[in-house]
Amino acid sequence: MTSTSETPPPLFAAREPIFPRRVSGKFRTLKWWILGVTLAIYYITPWIRWDRGPSLPDQAVLVDLANRRFYFFFIEIWPQEFYFVAGLLIMAGLGLFLFTSALGRVWCGYTCPQTVWTDLFILVERWIEGDRNARVRLWNAPWDAKKIRLRAIKWSVWLLIAVATGGAWVFYFADAPTLLGEILTGRAPAVAYLSVATLTATTFTFGGFMREQVCIYMCPWPRIQGAMMDEQTLTVAYRDWRGEPRGKHRKAAGAEQLGDCIDCNACVNVCPMGIDIRDGQQLACITCALCIDACDDVMEKVNKPRGLIDYITLADGERERAGGQDAPVWKRILRPRVILYFVLWSAIGLGLLAALFLRTDVAFSIEPVRNPVNVVLSDGSVRNAYELRLRNMTGFDRAFRLSVESPDPVALTLEGVDGLDVSVPADATYRQRVYLTAPTGSAAGAGALTDLDLVLEDTNTGQVVREGTVFHGTGE
Amino acid sequence: MAGKRDVDEATNTQTTGHEWDGIKELDTPMPRWWLWSLYATIVWGVIYLFLMPAWPLINGATPGLLGYSSRGAVERDIAEAEAVNAPLDAQLMSVDIASIAEDPDMLRYAIAGGGAVFRNNCSQCHGAGGQGALGGYPNLVDDDWLWGGTTEEIYQTVTHGIRYEADPDTRFSQMPAFGDILEADEIAGLAEYVLSLSGADHDADLAAAHQQTFIDNCSACHGEDGTGMRDQGAPNLTDGIWLYGGDRDTIVATITNARYGIMPAFQNRLTDAEIRKVAVYVHGLGGGE
Repeated sequence: MTSTSETPPPLFAAREPIFPRRVSGKFRTLKWWILGVTLAIYYITPWIRWDRGPSLPDQAVLVDLANRRFYFFFIEIWPQEFYFVAGLLIMAGLGLFLFTSALGRVWCGYTCPQTVWTDLFILVERWIEGDRNARVRLWNAPWDAKKIRLRAIKWSVWLLIAVATGGAWVFYFADAPTLLGEILTGRAPAVAYLSVATLTATTFTFGGFMREQVCIYMCPWPRIQGAMMDEQTLTVAYRDWRGEPRGKHRKAAGAEQLGDCIDCNACVNVCPMGIDIRDGQQLACITCALCIDACDDVMEKVNKPRGLIDYITLADGERERAGGQDAPVWKRILRPRVILYFVLWSAIGLGLLAALFLRTDVAFSIEPVRNPVNVVLSDGSVRNAYELRLRNMTGFDRAFRLSVESPDPVALTLEGVDGLDVSVPADATYRQRVYLTAPTGSAAGAGALTDLDLVLEDTNTGQVVREGTVFHGTGE
Repeated sequence: MAGKRDVDEATNTQTTGHEWDGIKELDTPMPRWWLWSLYATIVWGVIYLFLMPAWPLINGATPGLLGYSSRGAVERDIAEAEAVNAPLDAQLMSVDIASIAEDPDMLRYAIAGGGAVFRNNCSQCHGAGGQGALGGYPNLVDDDWLWGGTTEEIYQTVTHGIRYEADPDTRFSQMPAFGDILEADEIAGLAEYVLSLSGADHDADLAAAHQQTFIDNCSACHGEDGTGMRDQGAPNLTDGIWLYGGDRDTIVATITNARYGIMPAFQNRLTDAEIRKVAVYVHGLGGGE
């Protein structure tokens, strides 16, 4: 269905300012809670202390890039265990898929940092400039002293929040109290100031001025979600079959033919995205559910049932329109794709947990020196060299004794060390070149490959770690 | 079509007029801030052109107001690394060579730095793993040394080279070409005797017959028992390790024509600290004494 028009469309459109009205209701309450909890997690986490002994940092969550360590409470990740991070990122991605297929754009509406910080910025805006009507008036007012003062106060508070946001970020990468002191006294590294400045600038512009533009034009996630949503996806929708025809004048003639919608525009006025949900499902809707709260409030006042705007699926909409009933909630959520995502998500999670609890606190790797694979000594014996890496992943120094278990006797010696004892400092990697020598004419020396084990024993605790390797003889 | 535009009723947005299978493309206006950010990138691009090397000239490019160059950045990085290493090098120079290995930090530094020096300067002949090559390039991983395998001796060899005549302190010895001195059958018999020293297959009668030939001609350097002499860089002939090959023909060729392996002195190519590091590195390859 198209019509024609004479005017060519504009190439560019200015942002329409949005002045969301204050609203209260169960979803707004839930959103305040989520806002409080997520912001608290973000700001407080770097300040939590966690005792790991004298030689390790005592910050509970720390990404120590300089020393290549990641600390998360009782977990310490070394660079070679980066698969934990990869696994968590995959879980985060699958988690988004899982929530999207089960609950629609719930990430966008409740927990996305863009949504949370925009909410916070709008709250500040309302405290300083007043609610929607006051803000519209101020927007249209000339730049007099009052407007300048209010704007200056608002922008200053926004800037403070933005600085705190950028500031909190860098505390995840260094000891927070130390870094705070350094930042305040001008002794912090340039990268710290640069990170704070960048995140301050993005928080300030995205939360204060870009807001819904970020979601509509900049974020890739709505595009991906567009491909993930179907008629079974939970979404915020207007029951047009109940609300239409809409009309304000309930006492006028013919009012009995009107639907439940009194066209009060409450849903439009509270929308942080500046859309009219009654136009149907649309890209800009982040399903924050504030219109549901606003409409339910109005419906109660006019003695109509709640839920004119509600969380429903498109399929339910079709069913209701035809006079049927909604599918039960469990049917909306327990769908094959939700189950599939959940199984994948939890399998990776269980795998990571298993890997976490099964890993040893000493990593022991043997790299046979391949250049040359072996060397014949002057007495005819055959020697292989190996590069050993011992990683002591605990907070205390440890002493180990090496030995070899081989079907054919070979002698173990260590480069530059008398005997077979080595000690590895706390939280350190120790490299040691070791030699295995097979006597002249022995099976290992004259053969091709001999499988054997190197055994590492903690001389204090008796903990034993063994690692297999091969001995290259001179035979083919 | 001129002046007539389709308007999509659902969104009240004009379309581009492009249609695929009944689906029309909306002509939604771009946000204006997007246009401003495009302009901002253009402005930034112009500023960048003047700040950084950009305009191509015949010999390079304009240097840019900031004077940045990637070569300069690398030089700065190298200077920075050298500044970090300077105290370690000073420490390395202040102790005697044999005791470098006693300090684990210095040892680690010397092995890491020596490995880099080795790969750049030594691996061409001695192999990347120090395994050497048949034909006169000694294996540095085994326990057989011509001129000695302590860290000091390796340091001396690297500094002054072997038979490197430009260096007056070079290690020097010369095996005579016995083709001019002995008859061919004597050389053949001598080769049998040499083979017998290391237990290789040989003609026992010929070998026994030429033991005296060996004592007369070879023992001055290789010793009466054939175990060699490090002062002369004379190889041990009784072990299984051969620099040029231990088969009969090669031994005959070696006796007839002699060998004169040369290793350059590195004192003018490497710093003393680098030579110390590479000596420690080679010592730690497995053969060190």
